[in-house]
Amino acid sequence: MNDLRLRLGQNLGLLLAIGLFLLFWLVYNGLHPKGFSTAVLIQNANESFVIGAVAMAQTVPVLAGGLDLSVGAVMTLVNCLASVLVNGSGWQMVLGILVCLAAGTLAGWVNGAVVVYGRIQPIIATLATGAVYIGIALFIRPTPGGEVDGDLSWALTNDVYEFCATYGLFDDGEAAWLAPFAWIPMPMAIMLLVIFLIWIPFRNSVTGRGVYAIGSSEGAAYMSGVRIDRCKIAAFTLAGFFAGLGGLYLALQTSSGNADVPQAGAYTLNSIAAVVIGGTSLMGGSGGAICSLIGAMVIRAISFNFRIFDIAPLLQPLFEGIVLLGAVSIGAARVFRVKNRLELLG
Amino acid sequence: MTPDNSPFLELSGVSKRYGGVRALEKVDFACRRGSIHAVLGENGAGKSTLIKIIAGVVQPDEGTMRLAGQQVRFRDPLAANAAGIVCIFQELSLMPDLSVADNIGISNPPRTRLGLIDKRAQRRRTEELLARVGCEDVNPLEQVRNLPLSRRQMVEIAKALGRGPRLLILDEATSALTSSDVLKVYDILKKLREEGLCLLYISHRMHEIEALADTCSVFRNGRHIETFPAGTRSPDEIVQLMIGREMAHVYPPKPEGRGAVPPVLEVQDLRWGDRLNGVSLEVGKGEIVGLGGLDGQGQRELQLALFGVLSGLSGRVLVDGRPVTLSSPAQAKHRSIGMALIPEDRKTEGLMLPMSIADNLGMAAMGSLTSGVFIDPAKERAAIQRMVDKLKIKAGDVANPVATLSGGNQQKVVIAKWLLTEPRIILLNDPTRGIDVGTKQELYQLLRDLADAGASILFYTTDYDELIGCCDRVLILYDGRIVRELQGGEINEKAIVAASLNLGADAKAAPANHSGISP
Amino acid sequence: MATGSLPKPASGWSLSPEDKPILIAGAFILVILATGTAYTLATQGTASFLSPVYLLQQLQVGAFLGIVAAGAMLVILLGHIDLSIPWTLTAGAMLGSAIGGPYAIPVGLAVGMVVGLMNGLGVAYLRVPSMIFTLGVNAVMRGFMVMLTGGYAPQSTATPLMSYLATGNVLGIPMPLIVWAVLSVLVVLLLQRTAIGRYIYAIGNRERAAYLSGINTRMVIILAFVVSGACSALAGVLLAGYSSKAYQGMGDPYLLPAIAAVVIGGTNILGGRGRYLGTVVGTILIVLLTSVLSVMQMPEAGRQIIYGLVIILMLLVYGRQRGVIA
Repeated sequence: MNDLRLRLGQNLGLLLAIGLFLLFWLVYNGLHPKGFSTAVLIQNANESFVIGAVAMAQTVPVLAGGLDLSVGAVMTLVNCLASVLVNGSGWQMVLGILVCLAAGTLAGWVNGAVVVYGRIQPIIATLATGAVYIGIALFIRPTPGGEVDGDLSWALTNDVYEFCATYGLFDDGEAAWLAPFAWIPMPMAIMLLVIFLIWIPFRNSVTGRGVYAIGSSEGAAYMSGVRIDRCKIAAFTLAGFFAGLGGLYLALQTSSGNADVPQAGAYTLNSIAAVVIGGTSLMGGSGGAICSLIGAMVIRAISFNFRIFDIAPLLQPLFEGIVLLGAVSIGAARVFRVKNRLELLG
Repeated sequence: MTPDNSPFLELSGVSKRYGGVRALEKVDFACRRGSIHAVLGENGAGKSTLIKIIAGVVQPDEGTMRLAGQQVRFRDPLAANAAGIVCIFQELSLMPDLSVADNIGISNPPRTRLGLIDKRAQRRRTEELLARVGCEDVNPLEQVRNLPLSRRQMVEIAKALGRGPRLLILDEATSALTSSDVLKVYDILKKLREEGLCLLYISHRMHEIEALADTCSVFRNGRHIETFPAGTRSPDEIVQLMIGREMAHVYPPKPEGRGAVPPVLEVQDLRWGDRLNGVSLEVGKGEIVGLGGLDGQGQRELQLALFGVLSGLSGRVLVDGRPVTLSSPAQAKHRSIGMALIPEDRKTEGLMLPMSIADNLGMAAMGSLTSGVFIDPAKERAAIQRMVDKLKIKAGDVANPVATLSGGNQQKVVIAKWLLTEPRIILLNDPTRGIDVGTKQELYQLLRDLADAGASILFYTTDYDELIGCCDRVLILYDGRIVRELQGGEINEKAIVAASLNLGADAKAAPANHSGISP
Repeated sequence: MATGSLPKPASGWSLSPEDKPILIAGAFILVILATGTAYTLATQGTASFLSPVYLLQQLQVGAFLGIVAAGAMLVILLGHIDLSIPWTLTAGAMLGSAIGGPYAIPVGLAVGMVVGLMNGLGVAYLRVPSMIFTLGVNAVMRGFMVMLTGGYAPQSTATPLMSYLATGNVLGIPMPLIVWAVLSVLVVLLLQRTAIGRYIYAIGNRERAAYLSGINTRMVIILAFVVSGACSALAGVLLAGYSSKAYQGMGDPYLLPAIAAVVIGGTNILGGRGRYLGTVVGTILIVLLTSVLSVMQMPEAGRQIIYGLVIILMLLVYGRQRGVIA
């Protein structure tokens, strides 16, 4: 009981984010003519995947007390790479996907290496590497275009049933045991796999906890024998992987690649907003990728509502801005409860 | 007490420089298993550098180190750890956002078959270790940031024990502990000595060394001066070795038989959350009033409240008989109130470490150093020089970062910064913590001089000696209230300890609640 | 640091850690010019990069970035960051030219200061991390401008005064350069000779200690953001004069180069350390690099890569020389 209260207290930010998400998402579904249908769910999941993956990417360096301003660029780079590689025969596609994910991971590793061995502040190091990655993306795809295998694109942006049906798995998805899961959108399934196979093991590894330790107090972590360099590089590398995953999915979703510089910037900035809304401290040390995923879903759920409320397109950016500003200011409520003003200062 | 006569750790000819500063100079040093070895010296004597080298935090420029006969060289704390050297540093090495269990298991947690951290086993081990240091009340899931300082230090000790040390270094490890915890730590250390561990103990508290140490080594100016068995030198002789000169009376004489002084600062029924439960006090002109009691009884909060840092206060504060509202340090500093606070942690609250000594000195009194909108360089230089001379701040060049100064000189900078504002009310929060004997003496004299010049001083210290030696009156806090006021001959160790534990809560004690005079 | 005119150690020719990045960046500027000149000599047989006309022209263009960077630097010295620069700049330009007449410039600047005030209030009072609050304010300003202009370039054109300030010249010196120089003098005075400047460095180093020194930290933070907003708006007003009207997204190319200029100039991105001269040198470096690359007809892709590599390279060189104060 006492433990439960402690755990709840330590996750207030996440609970708040979940509440916000449910609020916006339920309102949206309640007012949508086809609300609470699989079709809407699939659409929502598709539209949330990339920002979710990029937000998760941003989280890991933030936990270590840094920022990664290159997540949007890595996402864009892999997006362009995927529009070249993910087609052809089955094996070619598998290889293409692996190369894409490896490229994202490599880009993240380079970030980590520059930060750790070059001793450059993460925020400025990744600003610079981000420019490099965007440059490479522009070399790969000077103009938007490219091609992604249609079947794969269809299969991975629909529900589990369609995926099985497309590739003739489990009696074309008709297997009785599959029925309870058939409605799950593939992006959601992929995200769950990533969380359970990558994020949670990472979080419970010595390296993962080292990342939290560094963000909480780098000096103390060093004194405690945490392998600082290894943990930081791991954090940026994992960020690169998540961002690459987002870029790959964007290619599947749009069937093309686009080295869009403003879009890359927007993703980076939204990823930071998602991290904050999810309750991860920008100072590092507390929070997690799941929190940021929820944060990203909050941002998306807000924009879903614009469609429902039929807000004039010209007003949408203003509303988006005000809601974003309001959401990030929620944390400010804390300020008025704090009785010791020193607690507000670093 | 020395079953094994070959040294466990042996340093020979070890030197270390930081830039142009010589921190250690050709030091030979050895310590043995099954003994508690005290390392003594003023700040800047080289103790910290010595233990940092032993613990692998910094590498020596020259010289060799042997551990159990083997020559070793540690690249980082991790390597020293692997060799069984565990250090409890003065600055806590805990990660505030992590749970107690995660902190204790940080470097070598129990793992599951998949190589991941076994949370359940980790928690069990944490509970065992906490029990070993007598902290069963701490929940392993609690974040360290939510623990009071004294509990954190116990967690730190538990963490060190959990690493199975062969050589345990304690650097001022008891400075934040309550007296009951200190006794627990003594027992643990003695038991570890029985088990054959080698313990290095660094402390500025002479009575701790008397109570614990088998062997003492004195350092001065980066050199190892002498090593001798404990008990063969008197405290005075030890102090003399440390400072290298004859020691005068530690405390300046108190003024005798002064009549009633007009109160400058009056506090009436001050309350804040559950930490201040109706504090009323007066500080007169030219008076040094001590705040005593166990750690964490509201002393820090009382000073922060007076300095305008806390919000949601109730009660009245009067300066020169006029009620004042205190809602920020800027306001408290204003000439009409003239308050100054020497904060608890000089590194994070008192100083901007990377900025120059000069910049730090001028920081609180910029208003008086400007002509029009611009800073007057001549005025500034003169003011800074005046303070450097007055407090004898040992600084090569005031343009150097303040971080390059020793702890004692840093504290002098904090105090000097405030003296430039010509404060009338000075609040001090444990200003001599971790400071060497020589500087302490200078500070005591300075406080007395300031009081004689008319300042009112409210002096919180965890050191009973200072309450006895420095203060005209002593107020003992317990649970956010003043439970006892001691004056003149009443100020002695026995009375202070009794009042701190709230024992004599009888006729002599001040009434716990002054609600009678609340507005 | 901010020691102003206090005596430096008389130990011969020793450089403070703040001077080294400035010298290195200065040397790199020469490398860029030499490379560009070698290129033009080889391809066109002229040394056009070394002509005063060309250099003045570059400084004129660079002035816009320099003005933005001056404001950004104050905020970065505090340990904060102002990500609202793009749309503060655009809003200043759009609203200024929309009002027109004699009030165009004051209104433009006022818009910037109001945005800065909002940023400052959010950061100082609500304690929202500046990175995220200014990002939100940027989004709101963008929303406002899209609402007001319908998402197109507004019809109103820059006033003659705006055009003069952006394109005119005095004795052959372009006006924007003069504006930048005047602003630079003011910023240097603020940072080096006033209490506020000292407080900015103090807060950037340790806000808690600054607060406990009785400094009104909130006012200092708000002031720095207001100045930053005003600088962005000033750049916007001039830029509108330069291109004769305001347009959507005119501020976007200024945010990251401004931050890069500040950092290349040796200012610590975490606050507390840095000299204004460095920001000027950093700005010139970036402007010349961009210019040389475009003369060399480097495609956008290559420009981005070189741009990123230069920042990393510069910081790597600084990092090896800068002593770390833990």
